[in-house]
Amino acid sequence: MGLKIQHLLGLEGVDASDISLMLDTADNFHEVLQREIKQVPTLRGKTIVNLFYENSTRTRISFELAEKRLSANPLNFSTTTSSVKKGEILKDTIRNIEAMKIDMVVVRHASPGVPYFLTQCTDAVIINAGDGSHEHPTQALLDMMTIRRKFGTLEGLRVAIVGDILHSRVARSNAWGMKTMGMDVVLCGPPTMLPQHPESLGVSVTDNLDEALEGADIVMLLRLQLERQQNALFPSVREYRERYGIDLDKIEKLERDIVIMHPGPINRGIELASTVADSEHSVILDQVTNGVAMRMAVLYLLGGGDYA
Amino acid sequence: MKPLELLMDADALDLALTRITHQILERYPDLSMVGIVGMQTRGVFLAQRIVAKMNQLKSSKLVAGVLDVTLYRDDFRVAFKQPSVQVTEIPFDINEINIVLIDDVLYTGRTVRAALDALIDFGRPKTISLAVLVDRGHRELPIRADFVGKKITTAANQEVRLRIADKDGEDSLWLMQTEEDG
Repeated sequence: MGLKIQHLLGLEGVDASDISLMLDTADNFHEVLQREIKQVPTLRGKTIVNLFYENSTRTRISFELAEKRLSANPLNFSTTTSSVKKGEILKDTIRNIEAMKIDMVVVRHASPGVPYFLTQCTDAVIINAGDGSHEHPTQALLDMMTIRRKFGTLEGLRVAIVGDILHSRVARSNAWGMKTMGMDVVLCGPPTMLPQHPESLGVSVTDNLDEALEGADIVMLLRLQLERQQNALFPSVREYRERYGIDLDKIEKLERDIVIMHPGPINRGIELASTVADSEHSVILDQVTNGVAMRMAVLYLLGGGDYA
Repeated sequence: MKPLELLMDADALDLALTRITHQILERYPDLSMVGIVGMQTRGVFLAQRIVAKMNQLKSSKLVAGVLDVTLYRDDFRVAFKQPSVQVTEIPFDINEINIVLIDDVLYTGRTVRAALDALIDFGRPKTISLAVLVDRGHRELPIRADFVGKKITTAANQEVRLRIADKDGEDSLWLMQTEEDG
C-alpha cells in the first residue's frame, strides 16, 4: 500500500504506481486545504529540516506550509545566516543537524546529487527540493497533479515544455514523470539550450515553437534565466521573446484551447505575456495551491510508519 | 482468514438498518437538525442506506456525509504500512446540528476517537452520536454506541467482515477466523 521509494530524490526510475499513489493522496490533501481548519495532526512530533542552499520563495514556503498543515515541526535553515558562511562542509552540517534528532530533510542545493549524498550520511528521510540542473521532483508532481485535475487523466496528453531545457531541473523531472505516466512530451528551446542527448530522456526535441505547439494540450513555459545571458546562449532577450515567448496572438492562432503552465517566477513579457499569464488559459495559481497539497502527500507518504 | 459464522444475511441486515433508522428518527424528529456521516469505507455504504430509508419515510432530501479518519489515527507512527488517505466530503454545515456517525464495526473505539477529532475540526455540532451495525466488544477507550444493530461476543483472533452488495456483490455480515490460532 505504501510507496516503494524511501526518499524522493528524483522521478527518474520512480514507477507509475508510486507516482499514482502520490497524486491520489495529494488530491485528498487538496480537500483538507478547503476546510475551515486546514491542519491535521498526522505528523505531530516529527521534525523536518528545510535545508536551502539556494534562494527560493515558493518552494520553501510551500514545503513549510505543508509541514505545518501536517502538524510537523519545521526548522528552517538558510546558508546566509548559518555556519555555512564560516566554511562548514555539507557533511558536517547534516551530521550536526542529525545529532539533534530530526526525521526528515528537505534539501535544495546548486550541486546535482546532493540529496543522494545526504542519504549516505544520515538515516533521515531525504526529499529533493531541487538539486542543480538535475531534478525537482515535487514540482513535476504538482505539475502532473494540476494537469490531472484539469483533464481527469494524464495518459495520452501532449505537453510542450519550452525554454532553457538544458539547465532546467523542472523540465528533467517532468520529462521522466510524464513519460512514466504515458504522456507525450516535447521539449522546445533554442538549440543552445536543448540537451545534446534527448534520446536518454526518451522524449522528442525541437527548436521550432510552432512544431512543439502542434497538437499540444498543455504548454509549460520555463523561466528564462537572465543570469545566463552572460554565457551568450541566446542573442538577445527580444529575439528570444519573438521566437519562444507566448503571447495572446500565438495562442489565438492555434484556434483551440491550450492550458498554460509556468513553475514560476515568471519573467512577464519575456517567456510569457501578462495577457496570457492572467488569462483563463493559465493554471499557474492552481499549480501553487496544488503544490502545498502535493508536498503534504509526499511528506505523509515518506514520513509515516516504519519500513519493516 | 476463514469464515466462521454468518451473523446476518441480506434480510437481517436490512432489518437492522431499518430499526437503526427508526431509532435515529425517534431521537431526532426534526430532520433539519440532523446530519448523517458515514466513516470510510464500509460505514459510507451503511450511511447511504440509512439516509435513503429516512428520505423515503419522511420525504426528505438528506445527503450522507463521508468522513476519512486516516490523518487523525493514533497508530500512524506504529503502523507498518500507511493506510491510504481517502475522500472526506461533508456537504452540509455541521455546526449546531445533531451528527450521527455511522460505522460497520465497533471494536477498540480508536477509529471513533479519531472520527471525533476529525469532525470537531469541521465545526461544533450540537451533539454527536454513534450508530454501528455490530458491537464486538474489546474496547480500549471509553466509547460506546448509541444505536447498535447487533451485539456479539468475539475473541481477539476473530474479525467481523461486512460484505456490501455495491462493493462485494452481496449483503452479509460474517464472523471470520484470522490465520493464527489463539
